[in-house]
Amino acid sequence: MAKIKPRVKVPSKAEAGEVITIKTLISHPMESGQRKDKSGNPIPRKIINKFVASFNGQEVISADLAPAVSSNPYFQFEAKVPEAGEFLFQWTDDDGSVYEAKKKIKIG
Amino acid sequence: MNITRREALLIGAGGAVMLALPSIAQAKGLTEEAIASFTGGAPIAEGGVDLNTPEIAENGNTVPVEVSAEGATAILLLADGNPTPGVATFHFGPLAGSSSASTRIRLSKTQNVVAIAKMADGSFAKATREVKVTIGGCGG
Repeated sequence: MAKIKPRVKVPSKAEAGEVITIKTLISHPMESGQRKDKSGNPIPRKIINKFVASFNGQEVISADLAPAVSSNPYFQFEAKVPEAGEFLFQWTDDDGSVYEAKKKIKIG
Repeated sequence: MNITRREALLIGAGGAVMLALPSIAQAKGLTEEAIASFTGGAPIAEGGVDLNTPEIAENGNTVPVEVSAEGATAILLLADGNPTPGVATFHFGPLAGSSSASTRIRLSKTQNVVAIAKMADGSFAKATREVKVTIGGCGG
């Protein structure tokens, strides 16, 4: 299976209090559990079921996901940047693993 | 017993309706259940939610969806024609720049995408868009 790799696009700088747009993508098959393999056996479900974005420990957005989210789940949203700090993005897999990405942002 | 051609057609049509009904009723029932568990049975107003979807999606595997609702604390996205209607629930935290999000979803066939926003004052609002799907996104 392809390696699960998160990718995040955050501007490197912002004004204090500015609202910025963040784009995230994680390569993941989002196996829905509806499909069958060649011999007709159902392929077990394996999806990212939760996504959380936070900044300096405060939540920006979280999402509970169902199998109807496309493979390589993509999210775009807006965040307020009150101060310099670090964004933390976490994706939780059905198998319990958590994939993380971090991005620092400066004020100026 | 003699069955005329007319009677045979009627029976056939009735049978087809009987076969088609349960699956439609089931999917609609699941959607309503999902809505009820989100709203707790509270009334839902139309308007106040912006839901952007393509009118026609060539590939149901990845349909771009954009939803925003000013003042919403959470938005529930549903696709009423999928085997399970749930798509995603977004919760907006204290640092959310706006109550909006875009993502890409799977649609198994032509159907309605429904967005229900939970407002900060506890009220609910809803938007529905029909998306025509050329190639479904649930095959295998």
